[in-house]
Amino acid sequence: MSVVAAPPVVSSKEEQPYVDPERNRHTGYKLLAILMVWLVLWLALRGHQTRELGLQDKTGFHDWLNEVRDWVQLHGADNWFFGGVLGGIADFFNAVFEFIQKLVSVGAFPRPVPEIGWLGVVALATWATYAAAGLRATLLVVFSLLAFGVTGLWSPSMDTLIITLFSVLLCIIVGLPVGVLMARRDRVSAAITPLLDAMQTMPSFVYLLPMALFFGIGAACAVAITVVYALPPLIRITEHGIRSVPETTVEAARSMGMTQRQLLWQVQLPMARRTIVVGINQSTMAALSMAVIAAFVAGPGLGPLVNSGLQNQNVGVAAVPGLAIVLMAIMLDRTTTAASERTSKGGGIASVSGPGVMLAGVVLERLPRWATEDAGKGEKRPRLTAAGRSSLLAVLLIPVLVAVWLSRYTLSLAEFPDVSNTPVLKYLDGASLAQDINDFTDWLVPAVDTFTLALKDDVSNWLLNPLQSLLADSPWWVMAGVLIAFAWTVGGWRPAVVTVLCEAVIFGTGLWNDSMVTLTMTIVATLLTMLVALVIGVAMGRNRRVDVITRPFLDAFQTIPPFVYLVPALALFGVGRFTAIVAAIAYAAPIATKLVADGIRGVSPTTVEAARASGSTAWQMITKVQLPMARQALVLATNQGLLYVLSMVVIGGTVGGGSLGYIVYSGFTQDPLFGKGLAAGIAITAIGIMLDRIARSAAARHGR
Amino acid sequence: MTQTQNGSGPALHVEGLWKIFGPNGDKIIKSADAQLPRKELQEKTGHVVGIRDVSFDVAPGEVFVVMGLSGSGKSTLVRLLTRLIEPTAGKVELYGEDITAMNDKALLETRRTKVSMVFQHFGLLPHRKVIDNIAFGLEVRGEGRGARRNRAQEMVDLVGLSGYENNYPDQLSGGKQQRFGLARALAADPEVLMFDEPFSALDPLIRRDMQNEVIRLHKEVGKTMVFITHDLSEALKLGDRILIMRDGEIVQIGAPDEVVGAPADDYVRDFTSEVPKSHVLTLKWVMRDPDGTEATDAPVLQADQIVRDAARVVLDYDGPCRVERGGDLVGIVDDEDILRVVVAEEASA
Repeated sequence: MSVVAAPPVVSSKEEQPYVDPERNRHTGYKLLAILMVWLVLWLALRGHQTRELGLQDKTGFHDWLNEVRDWVQLHGADNWFFGGVLGGIADFFNAVFEFIQKLVSVGAFPRPVPEIGWLGVVALATWATYAAAGLRATLLVVFSLLAFGVTGLWSPSMDTLIITLFSVLLCIIVGLPVGVLMARRDRVSAAITPLLDAMQTMPSFVYLLPMALFFGIGAACAVAITVVYALPPLIRITEHGIRSVPETTVEAARSMGMTQRQLLWQVQLPMARRTIVVGINQSTMAALSMAVIAAFVAGPGLGPLVNSGLQNQNVGVAAVPGLAIVLMAIMLDRTTTAASERTSKGGGIASVSGPGVMLAGVVLERLPRWATEDAGKGEKRPRLTAAGRSSLLAVLLIPVLVAVWLSRYTLSLAEFPDVSNTPVLKYLDGASLAQDINDFTDWLVPAVDTFTLALKDDVSNWLLNPLQSLLADSPWWVMAGVLIAFAWTVGGWRPAVVTVLCEAVIFGTGLWNDSMVTLTMTIVATLLTMLVALVIGVAMGRNRRVDVITRPFLDAFQTIPPFVYLVPALALFGVGRFTAIVAAIAYAAPIATKLVADGIRGVSPTTVEAARASGSTAWQMITKVQLPMARQALVLATNQGLLYVLSMVVIGGTVGGGSLGYIVYSGFTQDPLFGKGLAAGIAITAIGIMLDRIARSAAARHGR
Repeated sequence: MTQTQNGSGPALHVEGLWKIFGPNGDKIIKSADAQLPRKELQEKTGHVVGIRDVSFDVAPGEVFVVMGLSGSGKSTLVRLLTRLIEPTAGKVELYGEDITAMNDKALLETRRTKVSMVFQHFGLLPHRKVIDNIAFGLEVRGEGRGARRNRAQEMVDLVGLSGYENNYPDQLSGGKQQRFGLARALAADPEVLMFDEPFSALDPLIRRDMQNEVIRLHKEVGKTMVFITHDLSEALKLGDRILIMRDGEIVQIGAPDEVVGAPADDYVRDFTSEVPKSHVLTLKWVMRDPDGTEATDAPVLQADQIVRDAARVVLDYDGPCRVERGGDLVGIVDDEDILRVVVAEEASA
């Protein structure tokens, strides 16, 4: 083909030829160089200056923290802050908790049984759910509550539920006004957002010790922790909901002469209502997962039962309350979701595409369901008029009150009867279920252990051990340098500075070596998580049918509180680091997979078609078009994966994961190690912030 | 030039091509339902006819324009030609090779080497510099980095954008992006170029530039082109022949002057009513039979001359002019014949 010089392009247009201003960063070569230097130094200096600290050994900092604890315990009650403010709050929380507890789950002196027996509670819950969330959610609630009773877990289930719902109520009271204020005042938003970022970066496990210091252990502390943990998602989503009311609507309202107050109450809040209810859903799920973990600070409920099962390595005993927690999670999720679908009066919710918004700063706890589904889907025409519904509810209240009255004066309706001798139901009794599960596990584990053991050994020998040796056996200053260089190379100077600061904190806690072990586990689990997420996510992104089949499972996995993941992981892999890693992958893979899938799906169809027309094979399409174009989503998925993994790896410390997580755990269980546990929490937070900042900067830099 | 394949025969031969969208398209095509009008079929079965029994040939080196309003099936048609959408029935042959019978490997090979496509929204990869976009087709077929860079640079020069090759697509205007889209299509040195409404997203001035660019490139590289558009003036300007589609069916195939001069039905007539006829019609469409009034020394015009180009000669001469084809007298035209075309279009404008 002859090539003839073209006439000059007649274009009066803006853009200029591009004289390649992009510095060629050679990121790959630099990383390789860092690795080489690291390996050489590791070979030469391995095992020196690793800052290893025995489990019972403490540093001055740990002792000082112990002294702080001792002071608070001795003199806190007289201090205006600890005794006055915090003590007052704790007393209030305790009083409310005990009041509700006596109402529904424990004997209310002088009565030997609660004020309202189980039948009354079930009837009230049924009525309330029906009023708020419709028939299907109601059936689920009835089923769940009866299941709690039959398995003999009525009282602990009620305790967990009380803590969860009371905390959510407090979250709404505090979070809604804050979210509204942030939406209306940019300066407030700018001030609070970094705080929320930090709160959400912090693994749940880390909250426990400092809060125990402030609030003492027990129900009050459990409520306080749960509120702190469940608050950020609600605030964020509230702010987001109000901010996404269209500018034109606000303008139109202003032009009609509305005051700020009218604008808020008559326009912004009603239009953001559905989003806010979604926020309540997120907040509720976060609250439940924290209410369970609060077992470590003597929070009452199902959590302690799971924990004691785990500590005795009795899978069946841990699994029964674990399943109750899963059931409770599904119940709360479906109920709040159904409620949010009911509140919709056509639209109101801005369409939010996950990754973009999340990068913009709204890092939601999980990708909300409404981000992926058709927003208008839940709408149905009500069969009853508003007046008809009200009168129906009023009529239904009569049998409810009858049930409440009956449950007050009939013993078998007040205290859930023991079903261990009842035909059929006896198989559902907690102890019998635990036995069945143990039998099943005893059959299953030997049946699959050629596979599970091989997997465990391979990952341990080929990935975990070498990497751990590299990270933890390097002299601390080599490791510090490597991390700084890495942060600088992938993200620039900002994350490098953050890395220096975080390293200083980690060094200061005296737990450098343990931190490196935790970091190793986090890296390994994240790598495996991303492997899973890539394989499944790419398949989902490329094939709608795979997506439709897979997504409900991912949704279900995301509702399960993280602590519960430990039970099956322990059953399959026994005590050890690998169990923590498996649980972390199970916990983090759903969100990462969804982000990858959405990223792949988001690749412009024209581009995909153009590549297809050029004759790309499926593999070329994935590697040359879809993955590079979804890079931002991949980095975001890695970032989220890292944070999820870290929080789970730490909790895994309680089932033999060791290192920082175990030190935190020891802080609860062994009095002299309290300070060290607190220090470990600080180190974990520092690791989380460091990883998060590096990943975010990398995401921003590789945005193209 | 590259018309290397077995010289004679059409470049593209399409025969009885059907596309019915929906899960059971292949069953419906065998049933009587296939004969139902589009709307009724959709109501009855939920299936939509994309393309209904389309057949045509494209000659080597021809610019073949497929024209229709949105929803007429023209974009579906062009995708069926390389099986970006699988046809429900029918046959597509490219230089005698049956594309519809190809296995995946042969199909990939065809897409890599024989057919290239230009898209309405460019379809450039945003994460690659434009030069790497142009080289993409060469990359997927496994050519070395040096060779494909050289070739891509040639193409950049060909479309007149030297100096912009290191930009990323989003740094360029739509017009420039589409020039690079063209360059990418040409880079593979295909036998057939397909354009799917390539200029619809561009503003009118740039669109005119790009149309001229296509004409220039066609002159220089002489590829067979299948060009999809919804813009009749674009079709008339570029096309050697035009296929007009409605509801997935062919309404008319013909040269521009045939479409304007002898519209197949009211639909096409309505379409072409606003076209400046004197710019499209040839003398063939306005001449009268010779009636002996023509002088033997009257100016001689050719039957395939455009009316506008002949107008000056006819108006300057007092009396009818001779219209010839291949040296034979085929008709005569006088001032009135010319003015009828010109005035009619003034009236309609």
